[in-house]
Amino acid sequence: MNRVVVTGLGVVAPNGIGLADFTEAIREGRSGIQFYKELEDLNFSCCIGGIPAVTEALKKRYFTDLQLRNFNASGITYGCIAGIDAWNDAGFTSSDAVDYESGIVFGAGTSGVEKFRESVYKLDDGKVRRLGSTVVAQTMASGVSAYLGGMLGLGNQVTTNSSACSTGTEAILIGFDRIQSGKAKRMLVGSSNGHGPYVWGAFDAMRVMNYKHNDSPERGSRPMSATASGFVPGSGAGALILESLESAQKRNATIYAEVLGGAVNSGGQRNGGTMTAPNSDAVRRCLRSAIDSSGIHPNEIDLINGHLTATVKDTTEVENWMHTLQRSGKNFPYIQSLKSMVGHCLAAAGSMESVAAIIQLKEGFIFPTINCEDIHPKIEKLIDSAKISDKAIKKELNIVAKASFGFGDVNACILLKKYQ
Amino acid sequence: MTNIDLIASLKKIVKPYIQNEVAFENLTEETDFINDLKINSANLVDVVLDVEDEFDIEIDNESMEKMLNVKAAIEIISTKLNSK
Repeated sequence: MNRVVVTGLGVVAPNGIGLADFTEAIREGRSGIQFYKELEDLNFSCCIGGIPAVTEALKKRYFTDLQLRNFNASGITYGCIAGIDAWNDAGFTSSDAVDYESGIVFGAGTSGVEKFRESVYKLDDGKVRRLGSTVVAQTMASGVSAYLGGMLGLGNQVTTNSSACSTGTEAILIGFDRIQSGKAKRMLVGSSNGHGPYVWGAFDAMRVMNYKHNDSPERGSRPMSATASGFVPGSGAGALILESLESAQKRNATIYAEVLGGAVNSGGQRNGGTMTAPNSDAVRRCLRSAIDSSGIHPNEIDLINGHLTATVKDTTEVENWMHTLQRSGKNFPYIQSLKSMVGHCLAAAGSMESVAAIIQLKEGFIFPTINCEDIHPKIEKLIDSAKISDKAIKKELNIVAKASFGFGDVNACILLKKYQ
Repeated sequence: MTNIDLIASLKKIVKPYIQNEVAFENLTEETDFINDLKINSANLVDVVLDVEDEFDIEIDNESMEKMLNVKAAIEIISTKLNSK
């Protein structure tokens, strides 16, 4: 079986666009959360969120004028920028020939919700014939992979996956499997999520978003905090180039990290699991199985990049890690949440957070989890509070565990190792 | 509106969709949208919508199917304009 390494990264995040900017942002604990008047005007309870600062000029560097004509799909914009960046970062460019050894798994929750809304108005007005030719491409779930496939000329499997907030982590595992089994040499994997009221509204309606920090947006996303009161919605995209070790070595590529293994499963919405809550037994099985498949001992994990959305389930997550790893107190690894800076980027979360995890392995630091100066007392009982840091820590890391959980009671976990 | 005016308007409309600059520069009544200008066939729908907006006319499905070259487009637009 092929070993699988990461040879390229791309990211479009509310607190930084591109690898350099994003690395600086997470190192300094920069928040990308802002107040949005549009949400207030639409009577949202939570009027804060995370939106990457993508300008029209930046879009023009990635899309042709024709592609941008009548284009209105922020998730596809983010996905394509991150995907192309990752591909270039790995040392590849777009080519006229088809590369049958490289494919794409780019996940999404929904695609082009803004475009869909536009179209529904036209349809209801009896103007179906006025929709134009690009509504399908902009609203289909596989929008990002379809656009990217054409931009880069990739000819292996080009597809999308969707498993709610575990989408991004799952995408990495699907690409990993494909390379490990020899079906592809390289896979561009990742996920994206658009922004705005039509994406976020249904979560606001569920009252699961934080409505208490409209006047202090940067303080709003508070994973593991005693005053956590719901997640803050985010958006963006993360992309990774996975490659067989053999292929990477042959072309002398920069290797960021190795993907050791991982697992996905579901709690079946039984034993405490529901559409929206996890079955902890299944979570532990998933984490355990990911560790086993990676051939490591739980004690080797230096850092957990958690799902940790800033809801009451944060404590449950820490508990699940503790039981799975059989580590607690001072023996517990460091644990962090990118969501403290960018909010919950939904389908994009797993891939953006994996990019952040890999940056830390490569650069040797632990980014701060902001807004948890008041660590939840229940979490403090489980693990040493020094394992959650609101300051960046310079530290050589060897193994990072990354997990994501999603609606539908689905789980995904991967293990990443510094490549030596 | 003369045919020369119509061709000038049409040229402006198809410009965003063309993928062959040379054929576009030398556009005549004989120019074919797909074979010469290399317009993606899916985009012909968008050309038709832009024509409708520009001339404030409605192009039915049958006319649209015939609108594959400059000559046919000019004829269809002229007919629609005259029946307004």
